[in-house]
Amino acid sequence: MKPVLLSLLATLACQAQAAPVEIKAWRHDTGDAEMIASGQMVERFNRSQDRWKVVVESIPQGSYTESVTAASLVGHLPCVMTIDQPAVPNFAWAGNIRPLDDLLPAAVVAPLLPGGRGVYDERLYSVGQFDVVLALFARRSALAREGVRVATIAQPYTAQELYDIVAKVKSAGRYRFPIDLNGKAKGEWVSYGFSPWFQSAGADLIDRADYRRVDGVLNGAPALGVARYYARLFKERLAERNPADEKGFEQGRSLIQYTGSWKARDYAESFGDDLVVMPPPDFGHGPRVGAASWQWAIARNCRHPEGAAAFLAHVLSAPEMAAMSRATGLIPVTVEAAALTERYRPGGDGRVYFDFAARYAIPRPATPAYPAISAAFEKAMSDLRGGKDPDEAMDEAVEAIEYDIARNNGYRNIHAREAASK
Amino acid sequence: MKTILGRDHPLAVSGFAGPALILFGVFVLLPLLLAAAATFTNHRLVSPEPTRYVGLDNYTRLLALQVTTVAPLRDAAGDLQRDEEGLRYPTWRQVRQAQPDLAGYRPAWQFELGERRVVLAATDPLFYRSLINTFLFALLVLPLQCGVALGLALLVNQRIAGRIFFRTVYFAPVVTSMVVASIVWSFMLNTDRGLINELLRALTGNPDAGPDWLGESSHALLAIAIMSAWQGAGFQMLVFLAGLQSISSELYEAATLMGANAWQRFIHVTLPGLRNTIVFVLVSTMLMAFGLFTQVDVMTSGGPLDSTTTVVYHAVRSGFRQQDLGYGSTITVVFFGIVLLVSLLQRVLLAKGAK
Amino acid sequence: MTHLIRRALLRLPMLLGMCALGLVFATPLLFMFTASFKHDDAIFANLASWASYVPDAGWSLANYAAIFERSNLPLFLLNSTIIAALVVVGGILVNSMLAFSLSRMRWRGRGAVLSVVVAMLVIPFEVIAIPLLSLVARLPWPGFEAGLLTWQIGWFNSLHVQIIPFLANAFCVFLFYQFFRDIPPELDEAAKMDGAGPWALFFRIILPNSGPVIATAAIVLFIAAWNQYLWPIMVVQGEAARPVQPGIQQFFGRSNSWGQIMAYASVVTLPVLAVFLAFQRQFVASVAGSGIKG
Repeated sequence: MKPVLLSLLATLACQAQAAPVEIKAWRHDTGDAEMIASGQMVERFNRSQDRWKVVVESIPQGSYTESVTAASLVGHLPCVMTIDQPAVPNFAWAGNIRPLDDLLPAAVVAPLLPGGRGVYDERLYSVGQFDVVLALFARRSALAREGVRVATIAQPYTAQELYDIVAKVKSAGRYRFPIDLNGKAKGEWVSYGFSPWFQSAGADLIDRADYRRVDGVLNGAPALGVARYYARLFKERLAERNPADEKGFEQGRSLIQYTGSWKARDYAESFGDDLVVMPPPDFGHGPRVGAASWQWAIARNCRHPEGAAAFLAHVLSAPEMAAMSRATGLIPVTVEAAALTERYRPGGDGRVYFDFAARYAIPRPATPAYPAISAAFEKAMSDLRGGKDPDEAMDEAVEAIEYDIARNNGYRNIHAREAASK
Repeated sequence: MKTILGRDHPLAVSGFAGPALILFGVFVLLPLLLAAAATFTNHRLVSPEPTRYVGLDNYTRLLALQVTTVAPLRDAAGDLQRDEEGLRYPTWRQVRQAQPDLAGYRPAWQFELGERRVVLAATDPLFYRSLINTFLFALLVLPLQCGVALGLALLVNQRIAGRIFFRTVYFAPVVTSMVVASIVWSFMLNTDRGLINELLRALTGNPDAGPDWLGESSHALLAIAIMSAWQGAGFQMLVFLAGLQSISSELYEAATLMGANAWQRFIHVTLPGLRNTIVFVLVSTMLMAFGLFTQVDVMTSGGPLDSTTTVVYHAVRSGFRQQDLGYGSTITVVFFGIVLLVSLLQRVLLAKGAK
Repeated sequence: MTHLIRRALLRLPMLLGMCALGLVFATPLLFMFTASFKHDDAIFANLASWASYVPDAGWSLANYAAIFERSNLPLFLLNSTIIAALVVVGGILVNSMLAFSLSRMRWRGRGAVLSVVVAMLVIPFEVIAIPLLSLVARLPWPGFEAGLLTWQIGWFNSLHVQIIPFLANAFCVFLFYQFFRDIPPELDEAAKMDGAGPWALFFRIILPNSGPVIATAAIVLFIAAWNQYLWPIMVVQGEAARPVQPGIQQFFGRSNSWGQIMAYASVVTLPVLAVFLAFQRQFVASVAGSGIKG
């Protein structure tokens, strides 16, 4: 009797152990290709081992922040989730996610380019598979027709040159709005797309030495120069203030479009060899692009961090990264993964984007104040488009950001908080 | 059932009133009280720092207001400097440097008085601007929406063929979600390629006609008002219809017998019969106008130049997007108080008018 | 004879006017509907001309196929239907009962309660959204597990969190209140003389004669429930309980697929129009048959 009972118990115990532990994950819902690739990646992870089973819930991207914030308010976050990289410091500061340094093996983390990391307070909090860069897209034939040279990495357009080109093209009459600045996109696009212009001029969103001072950085002379430039593009109707759609360049209504490399694939398909990809304009210190996109993080109250970490390690492996890149056309964040893809390996036709990232990328400031910075910046740009005086617009942004920082006690980290409470 | 003289049995009353009152209490009044309590703290949406009591700080920040005058810039010789937009004035930073007690204030409204500029400065200029925008919007939308609704109801009340079809068509906008309606309208309002400007160009024959509806601060609020009226008129039409149909036809017959024509019948039979309905429509439209949020969020994000920022939009942006819940709640509570005052005023005036 | 001709002549401009108005009201919806049959590029090809308001040669159902493939739209439609139906039925009941007690019963505190209800008309939802969120995260809800009653804390990711907070509606209470006030008190006297108490009075006499206002309240509640957007985003993260409106966000992203967005919007709008059509006849019939007039 006893041996039977024992073996029964043993079988039951084995089965209980054999059932994989479920790990809940949330990801933002994007276009088809990325969702399918993501699903397949999760499938492969679940099949490759039987300890963990990742179950993904997809949440519409437009309302993702609201959903995640609401859930974090009441402690309903899942184990793993995607976060847009610049928001990671704010999440980490709030205590919602945990550091990854001890959970992920060094071999996995070390090869990641800056675009694949989300760092706060010198700890790693999120990791990503891909990066995006900014570029000026145009059609070779159209440029030739208007008598405009093609910019290259060696010789990008200077800001003044770009302005002259666009003004000249406008007066030639074929294009009503020669440059398309992706005006239909709102939200993070504005900060992502246009803060590099400020950085290219020598200004910045915040003083990165202590992440507290904004006065003089965002409204100093170089910053005001960029602000005036931006306002001028709209005042002289070189760019459309409120476009109806994002298809201006695609449908030939604009000569040049400034947007992210996520359009690279569609445009390459539509225009083939006629497409020319140029660096963003140089405002004095070399062209700059933003860095980092959506990344994966682990929640603080996750009950199975090892499982979550195993999933993340799988996500960062070179073959998976390459697979994602192949499916979506986005840029991988390790050299090894890039070598596995046709587009981004040395000599591939997408290598130019990989080089942009390596040369020009500046990540957005890694401070919990970033959501406030982004909101204030977006409003300032919107006011500039509406014709507000650049001095006033930038001053207002500076004051809003510094007020937010003060109101949050400087966003001090946990050590400072503990020290202060003693 | 035994009743107290002049009063109904408490059990019956609580049976009828109870369910709704409990639901109101738990799901509307309790959150409101919580929000009101939050106004005295620095409660944030997501923060590791503990919430602290801050007394009336939020209120002072919201309401502080100062009036100041600024002199124009003069050049070395003492003459006034001018540029293409008029006299040149120092920037606000410079003004604040000269007047240190303006620290933390920004201009809410400014206008020129002769050679000086008068500035109303506030610690939260957006609040005052949004108050004015909200009232302005209500002023625009009320006659538009209610007038059109009454007209539609009168038309649809006739005994003609296809009135059910027309009724459905006029009501259709009410049924669309505000998000979808805002998207489609922003296509139609597009300066260069939108239908509305295209029509204007066709009608006036002027190829440059058609303002930048959502891009000019002078037009954006009007555009949103027109769009809101379009969306809401159908519903008020139904309410008017119900009111029209409850006017006894005998009154109309009597009026016709006395020799009244259509216009006189309208003034002396229809309008008085609709009195309660008209009050209801006006009040409900006004209250819904005060809550304007979705269209602004989708179409203009409060711009251009803060001309479409309403109080609710400002509150949501502060509370949810900038994550300052204590302050967002403060905006709400103060606004609630203002609107209550306005409704009270209205009732008093209406009661007086009825006498 | 001239009288008839004059009437006909008067009717014509009025009909034309109504048609013109109809066009004004219908145009945006026409755009939405016809765009749902077009390819993305075709939608914006001639935004300014009349062509964007009529179907083009490339008329196809591709967008509709796509939205059903990309999202779980049938489930969302089902969820929204259940939510809306329950809100309508429960809401009409609860709000009309309160209005009845306010208008036709006498009790202490009636005036104060009426003022509070009117005051609540002013509160936009966004204002109480966050405290309400904290509240529903802490409320208990019964469940059944193996035949035993269990309690689960929090109402997230459920249908009831989208129903119960919206049953009591100040606007509807106000609607019913105004309507009940206009019903002549003779009805009450007649009922009392027949020995009927307030319950019988309400359910057998008042409600059956309130066709128009019930129809109006039903429409108000249905539309409010069907168009809920911010609240579901906050309290429902999974697909199981998600209603239709948040789902549209799925089609906005790095590349907006406008044709699909319009198709989705059309699928989400048309049922409500259908409900309105259905209630409309009820509306007309009950007014004609009501015993209030004369």
